[in-house]
Amino acid sequence: MNCRSEVLEVSVEGRQVEEAMLAVLHTVLLHRSTGKFHYKKEGTYSIGTVGTQDVDCDFIDFTYVRVSSEELDRALRKVVGEFRDALRSSGGDGLGQMSLEFYQKKKSRWPFSDECIPWEVWTVKVHVVALATEQERQICREKVGEKLCEKIINIVEVMNRHEYLPKMPTQSEVDNVFDTGLRDVQPYLYKISFQITDALGSSVTTTMRRLIKDTLAL
Amino acid sequence: METDLNSQDRKDLDKFIKFFALKTVQVIVQARLGEKICTRSSSSPTGSDWFNLAIKDIPEVTHEAKKALAGQLPAVGRSMCVEISLKTSEGDSMELEIWCLEMNEKIYFGEVQLNGLGEGFQTVRVGTVGTPVGTITLSCAYRINLAFMSTRHFERTPPIMGIIIDHFVDRPYPSSSPMHPCNYRTTSEDTGVTYPSVEDSQEVCTTSFSTSPPSQLMVPGKDGGVPLAPNQPAHGAQADQERLATYTVSDGAHCAVTPSSSEDTETVSNSSEGRASPHDVLETIFVRKVGAFVNKPINQVTLTSLDIPFAMFAPKNLELEDADPMVNPPDSPETTSPLQGSLHSDGSSGGSSGNTQDDFVMIDFKPAFSKDDILPMDLGTFYREFQNPPQLSSLSIDIGAQSMAEDLDSLPEKLAVHEKNVREFDAFVETLQ
Repeated sequence: MNCRSEVLEVSVEGRQVEEAMLAVLHTVLLHRSTGKFHYKKEGTYSIGTVGTQDVDCDFIDFTYVRVSSEELDRALRKVVGEFRDALRSSGGDGLGQMSLEFYQKKKSRWPFSDECIPWEVWTVKVHVVALATEQERQICREKVGEKLCEKIINIVEVMNRHEYLPKMPTQSEVDNVFDTGLRDVQPYLYKISFQITDALGSSVTTTMRRLIKDTLAL
Repeated sequence: METDLNSQDRKDLDKFIKFFALKTVQVIVQARLGEKICTRSSSSPTGSDWFNLAIKDIPEVTHEAKKALAGQLPAVGRSMCVEISLKTSEGDSMELEIWCLEMNEKIYFGEVQLNGLGEGFQTVRVGTVGTPVGTITLSCAYRINLAFMSTRHFERTPPIMGIIIDHFVDRPYPSSSPMHPCNYRTTSEDTGVTYPSVEDSQEVCTTSFSTSPPSQLMVPGKDGGVPLAPNQPAHGAQADQERLATYTVSDGAHCAVTPSSSEDTETVSNSSEGRASPHDVLETIFVRKVGAFVNKPINQVTLTSLDIPFAMFAPKNLELEDADPMVNPPDSPETTSPLQGSLHSDGSSGGSSGNTQDDFVMIDFKPAFSKDDILPMDLGTFYREFQNPPQLSSLSIDIGAQSMAEDLDSLPEKLAVHEKNVREFDAFVETLQ
C-alpha cells in the first residue's frame, strides 16, 4: 500500500504563519477525526459525536472550522508555535514546511519496536514574505484569506476521493489506528514534524538525519 | 444495483438519505446565520446525533425542510436546493449561494436556478457519497460579482432567515413555480409556535456498531458519519478548483429551500455503484452537450468501457468496434480521407446515422466560430479549399529517391571540404562559448 502524499504551498507574512498553519492542519484533522469509541461487552461499539468550532483569524481575513477539542488544539498550537519560532530565528529566506503524517502501527515481536506505516502525508510549504507598507499588509490579509479558501477546498476534494482509509479496528487494535489519548475526540494516529530550509544543504541534512532516526527508532 | 437491496436495506437507505438531507440543511443554514458556531464534542451519543456530528438542530429549520421534502427524497431528476440570499432593509434581495443536494446517475446542474447569482458565478462540488441507488452530490454555486452590495449601505437589522419552499415536485418551468417565503425568527422572538424538536422524533440513528469486519452499510462514518455504499467510491466530473467566497453575511441573511428539476444542462458523468453486475463490462452513460460539428444532438449514447475515439459519431446499432473507422478503415480514394469526405457534405443535414452501410455520419460542415458562408474566404471556405493540399514534390517517392542518391554521391566531397575548414569551425564554436 502506498502512502498518499498531498502538498500545499502558502506565502504569508511572518505574523500570519501560525494562523495559516493552524487553519490547514485543523481542517485536515477535522476530516480525519471521529467521535470516541466505546466498546461494549457484546462485541459492539458506539461512537461519540464530534463538535465543531469556528475560529476567526486575527491577521488574515479568514475563518476556519476546527474540531471542538481543547486538547487537540493545544497540541497543534504547541508544534505550530515551535515551527513559527524556528522560522523566525532561522534568519534565512523564510522557507519551511510542516508535515502532518497519518500512520498505522504494526506490532512487531520483541526486541523490535512497533512499526509505523504512514498512509497519508500532508505537507504544507510556507514561504514567509516581508512587506514594507501598511497597504501591502492589508492586501496580503485579503489575498492570503483567498488562498487559504482555495487550500481548504483542495483539502475537501482530496477527502472526497474516498481513497484508502484504515479499516475500523477491533478493541484490541484500536490503538494501532486511532489516537485514543484525547478525552473528547479520536483522530487517526498522526505525527507532525517540520523543517526549516535556510539553505539547500542544511535541509537535506535535516531530512537525512530524521530519516535515519526514524528508521532506527529503537 | 438497486434490485439487490432487500426491503430492510432500502428502508435503512431511505432513512439515511432523509436525515442526510435534513442535516445538510441544518449545517448550511446554521453556517449562514452570521453567528459563530461552537458545539461540544460528546463521548456519549444519543439517537438524534446523526452522522456523529454534534449539531443542535434548530426545530424550525427541520420543520420547514421536512415540509419542503413533503415525504420525498432527493432522487435522480429531483434536487433539493438551499438558497442563501441577502435581503436589505430596503427590501431588495440578492442571491448569494445555492447549495444543491442531488442524487445522480448523471451529473448535471440546472441552469435555470442559477440566474440570480449574477455573472461569472462559480461552482464547487462539496462532496459525494455513493449509495447503491446512485451518488448523492452536494454542490454549491456562489456569486462572485457583488456589485449590488458595493453601491448600497445596509442598516443593521436583526438577522432573519426565511426558508423559501418550493415543493418537492418536478417543475416543467422552474422559473415560474411559486416560492413561498417562510420567516424563521430567532429564539428571542416568541411567535407562540413551538415545533417538535428532533429529539422528540421517533426516528433515531443507530448508535451501536459491530466490531468484526462490519458490513459496509453499518460502518460508522469515516467522513462525518455517512454510511458508505459497498466498496465503490463515487466518480464524477472534476470539481472546479475555485475559491469559496469568504464574504460573511452579517445581516439580512435569507435562506431558501427549493427543489429544482434538472433538465437542460448536460455534462459527462460516470455511473458508479452497482453497475458492475450482472454485466462484465462496466457501462458508461454519457450525456453530452451538442458539439460544434454535430447537427442532431445525440442525447444519450451507451458505450462499453473501451474508449473509442469519435465514438459519438458511430451509429448506435452497430458493434462499435466493427464500425470504428480507426479500427477498420473503409476503402477511400487516395487523395481524400474518409473523414474529409464526411466533412464535405454541404447539403446533407443530420446525416445518415440510420444508414448501416456508412461508417461515418454525414454532417453539415460548420466550423466553430465561423459566420455563415457568405463572405469570400470565410473560415469554412478556407478550410474546404485548403484542407487537401497537393503533396509536396520533395516527399514523393521518385523525387525523394533521386535526391537521396545524389546526396549520397556528394557526401565524400562535402566531407573533404569540411575537414579542410576544421580550424575555422573550431574558432567559431569557441566564440559562442
